[in-house]
Amino acid sequence: MTIVVNSGVVFLLLALALWTVVAREAFLAIVGFVAYGLLLALVWVSLSGIDVALTEAAIGGGLTGALLIGAAARLRATETEARAQACGRPTRVLALVVSAAVAVALALCVLVLPDPAPTLAHEVAADIDATGVGNPITAVLLAFRAVDTLLEALVLVIALIGVWSLTPDGFWGGRPGMRHRANPDGIFGYFARVLPPIGVIVGIYIFWTGADHPGGKFQGATILATMWMLVLMAGLADAPPIGRRWLRIGLVVGPLVFIAIGLAGVLVPGAFLAYPAGFAKPLIIAIEVALMPTLVLILGLLLAGAPERGARP
Amino acid sequence: MPDFLLWAAAFVLAMVALGLVRVKLGPGYADRMMAAQLLGSGSIAVLLLFGAATGETAVIDVALTLALLAAFASSAFVHFAAARERPAADAEDPG
Amino acid sequence: MSVLVDLFTCLSVAAGAFFYLAGSVGLLRFPDAYTRLHALTKADNLGLALVVLGLLPQMGGVLAGLKLVVIWLLVLFSSAAVSQLIARAARRREAGA
Repeated sequence: MTIVVNSGVVFLLLALALWTVVAREAFLAIVGFVAYGLLLALVWVSLSGIDVALTEAAIGGGLTGALLIGAAARLRATETEARAQACGRPTRVLALVVSAAVAVALALCVLVLPDPAPTLAHEVAADIDATGVGNPITAVLLAFRAVDTLLEALVLVIALIGVWSLTPDGFWGGRPGMRHRANPDGIFGYFARVLPPIGVIVGIYIFWTGADHPGGKFQGATILATMWMLVLMAGLADAPPIGRRWLRIGLVVGPLVFIAIGLAGVLVPGAFLAYPAGFAKPLIIAIEVALMPTLVLILGLLLAGAPERGARP
Repeated sequence: MPDFLLWAAAFVLAMVALGLVRVKLGPGYADRMMAAQLLGSGSIAVLLLFGAATGETAVIDVALTLALLAAFASSAFVHFAAARERPAADAEDPG
Repeated sequence: MSVLVDLFTCLSVAAGAFFYLAGSVGLLRFPDAYTRLHALTKADNLGLALVVLGLLPQMGGVLAGLKLVVIWLLVLFSSAAVSQLIARAARRREAGA
């Protein structure tokens, strides 16, 4: 029974991937890619990776799709030229062969894994009570391997600075994206007025439930960022100028709190990012609460892009 | 009961695959923009059935997230596809 | 009692799956984008409503059941708004092209 469903899903995924690759226009390829992302969430659920499914649905489904669509919209004018200069048949055949070879190599690696696969899950399960959280993924991300999460947050900040570095000199400190206008009583305006409050509640719920059940700050922040983008797209609010102080403070508060707690860990229990016994849960909550505004701002601003206007409204 | 629910989930997934054929064929952008809608409501049904069959309640949270994000993806498609005709100027939308 | 509940679930889910079939067939066979939008949003929404109705007795607690209803209402609202937006975008492209 599950074999039938799994092979069906795999076939559908391969078909969608093929369509994305051979699509003639960027828009069609992006539609295929978003469909692929949404379907992949189903695959993760059937593999019992619920946290990964949440992240895939949030990022692969919504955020990446919007990002790619925005890029395609900007590249509209040059698309016919780019397609005319596309590489010839031999290059494409070579690309196909290399991709297929990589896929086969990965499949072989998965098939020859020792059974049971080497894993630290037992050690995590043995020590998870000391962290105070019930979800082992949250425990690994924020307690056992917290330094990875810190570096990930720093990489996101650097990515945003990279996007901002594309600003034309005259607009530095200005507002990202065009000013969209929509009739606030029209359909899009109505949609963007009713959905975000619900989205905000769901986002905060997913963030809060990450302590003991699948969820967490990253998925919650993605939902909040997409709701913010919806409001911007409908023209109900304007993008903030990137030179504003509150924005800059919000961007760095997460990593700074994280680093501060890490350095405090050097003083008390003796290692960077070590938590004193009994204080693990409050510290984890502090880190997550501090990282939320940072992640929401970063993800939202990455979608909004580099500033294209002055700071004046 | 769980077997029946799993069969129903497989059936709905097959219906989604059928609908995707139209997304591939459909002349015009409107048909392609329906992809996110179709996948959204179809995947939500599949997830809910799967969650009820296996007893895993966290799957409902995934369905909730999918509902929000599929709606956002659809509106992003429409917004940017509609704004293509007016590249750099104000994307004026009378409603 | 639980046999009756299971029967209700089976019937409701089967009806919901039938409406998904109707929606997909409509999506494939209707002549233009506007009629296909009808098939997609109306039939699929009704299918989802029946599936949610059928799964409500199977849920472990009130919170899970409430989440199911919230999901259904969200999908209802967003597909209504989005189908309008898609139809309008299709109209504009026709008028412009």
